[in-house]
Amino acid sequence: MNIHTTPQRTPAETALIDAFGERLSLLPGDGAVMLKRDDAIEAIKNGLPTRRVESWHYTDLRRLLNLNPVPDFDPAASPKAIAPVVDGSAVLPVLNGVSSAKVPDIDGVAVQRLSEKLTDGSIAPGLDSYGADDAIGALNTAFVADGYFVDIADGTELEKPVELQNLQSGGQTHVRLSVRVGAGAKATVVERQTGDGAALVSSVSQLLLGEGAQVTWLIVQEQPDTATHLAQFKAHLGKGAKLTLFVMNAGGKLVRQEVVVKTTGEGADFTLRGINLLAGDTHTDVTMVLDHTVPHTASTEVIRNVVTGKARGVFQGRINVHQYAQKTNAKMACNTLLLSDDGEFSTKPELEIFADDVVCGHGATVTEIDHDHLFYLMARGVDEKTARGLLVKAFVAEVIEELEDEAIVDALEARLDGWFVTHG
Amino acid sequence: MLEIKNLHARIVDDGTEIIRGLDLTVKAGEVAAIMGPNGSGKSTLSYILAGREDYEVTEGDILYNGQSILEMDPAERATSGIFLAFQYPMEIPGVATMEFLKVAMNEQRKARGEEPLKIPEFLKRVKDAATLLNMDMAMLKRPLNVGFSGGEKKRAEILQMKLLEPKLCVLDETDSGLDIDALKIVAEGVNALRSPHRAIVIITHYQRLLQYIVPDTVHVLYRGQVVKSGDKSLALDLEANGYAGVIGEAA
Repeated sequence: MNIHTTPQRTPAETALIDAFGERLSLLPGDGAVMLKRDDAIEAIKNGLPTRRVESWHYTDLRRLLNLNPVPDFDPAASPKAIAPVVDGSAVLPVLNGVSSAKVPDIDGVAVQRLSEKLTDGSIAPGLDSYGADDAIGALNTAFVADGYFVDIADGTELEKPVELQNLQSGGQTHVRLSVRVGAGAKATVVERQTGDGAALVSSVSQLLLGEGAQVTWLIVQEQPDTATHLAQFKAHLGKGAKLTLFVMNAGGKLVRQEVVVKTTGEGADFTLRGINLLAGDTHTDVTMVLDHTVPHTASTEVIRNVVTGKARGVFQGRINVHQYAQKTNAKMACNTLLLSDDGEFSTKPELEIFADDVVCGHGATVTEIDHDHLFYLMARGVDEKTARGLLVKAFVAEVIEELEDEAIVDALEARLDGWFVTHG
Repeated sequence: MLEIKNLHARIVDDGTEIIRGLDLTVKAGEVAAIMGPNGSGKSTLSYILAGREDYEVTEGDILYNGQSILEMDPAERATSGIFLAFQYPMEIPGVATMEFLKVAMNEQRKARGEEPLKIPEFLKRVKDAATLLNMDMAMLKRPLNVGFSGGEKKRAEILQMKLLEPKLCVLDETDSGLDIDALKIVAEGVNALRSPHRAIVIITHYQRLLQYIVPDTVHVLYRGQVVKSGDKSLALDLEANGYAGVIGEAA
């Protein structure tokens, strides 16, 4: 007799597995893609990660995913495209998980619907998980039905940003945004994640930077406090490529934003700047895994967090410097402004260095509002609430101002002001 | 305008008494100089007037236009017309100076029931004041006081004072860290604010500043009390003979 053990499934796990059975016939993909989907749902059947899985220690997905019921797919949900973060951007909308057949023409840029790439199987290799603990990758691979595949030709210099707009109004959406930036090309991409429903969103972005390509990628996440947002940003940086990734989390009930970056070409340069604005009874996790795999590459990461209410935040930053990656220069900082007694923030920096000639460092601080600064502002007649608001905003605005491009800085500060109006 | 009566105050943290029965009256239109050796309580007095929480008044009262200000927070005191020019203005990264000036001016206007300034009018006022103080507008685009030299910070304080048009100005060691040219510019800025409706309290170590801002009254502070008051000749006397004589008389 075989001993057959079935793990005790949580309601969330059961809901996902049942949903897969129901959705399967609707999901696009050739044989190769469907095999990847099968592998992915198997991973979920084996159980969502718990706090015993190291990379999920501060975000027990198996438990937290049950706090809000996993919603059913809602074909009737119909969010409307919204004005872009930066005026004049070319908008590629994904509404309730579905791309648009009609997108703006952009010189030097080829845009395909991801549903087509899934159907012809050409994107199948990109659907692999990056590790056994890649629950977001698995969830997305199992269910992804659409998104965009954007190819920016070699040498193209985009004057205006491209905004990838992923909008939900309830239900489940699973979206993938793939962008290839050719050699020597320059672009700014805004990844907009928002909506107004109690949705479960998984979104995976994949970015490939060719030799000498320069990209500024802004993730602006402003989900409502009813939504679960599970996102992944993966990038490979070729020789001499430069990527500035800016992440702003300003919403969501349960949020995990993973950043998985590899420098694969010498002279590649990665900058991560993040602000987490945390309020209410929410949980937000930013987890970065950065691999310096070749010599002479650089990275800096600065994360600034504002914690109010009963919000909980996490930043895990892991930098792996491979054995041959000599002359790596990596610096990481995580600074938190804790504004309430009930809020909390956990930081876990990890440096794993196998090369012997590198400069790597990290630092973390947790502070309250500086009383001397507060006194100075109040002594000029600024009331306490406004003065506190100015100081909190200043704490995060410093990171935004590093982006230098005036249109982007102004646009992000406007998002910031919006958050303070609602939560200040 | 300002009446300080038998004021006693201590540091909240360790209970050290700094001000020990201080009496001082400053009338509208008057420029009063407060002098005294190190540790006599001069800066503490300025902080207590501005409402800093680190100090606690244990006895006595401070009346401003006949009303006690002890229960008012720093912002309420400021909007009622009290201004402290800091000895060491704080550097506040991330807060743009212009943005701060606009917020401060408009908060004060709001408290007085006035409309916020229109942007062109605001810019004009800042530009005019900056020109008088020989300040570069480019400096005001930087974060508040960040990377300003000692002299630039002091000028920025006087700039704020001009823009906020307070009724009671308290200048804490505004002359320290200024070279002679900057001192003259700052003094001219202060003199331009002299008015029958305004009182100015100048806290200083040295007589130097008082050559350029001539006081109506001079008060010597020692161990948290005013031990001697007089006219401007008292400052000259202190410069010539030091504090020892005055302190000796008091002791």
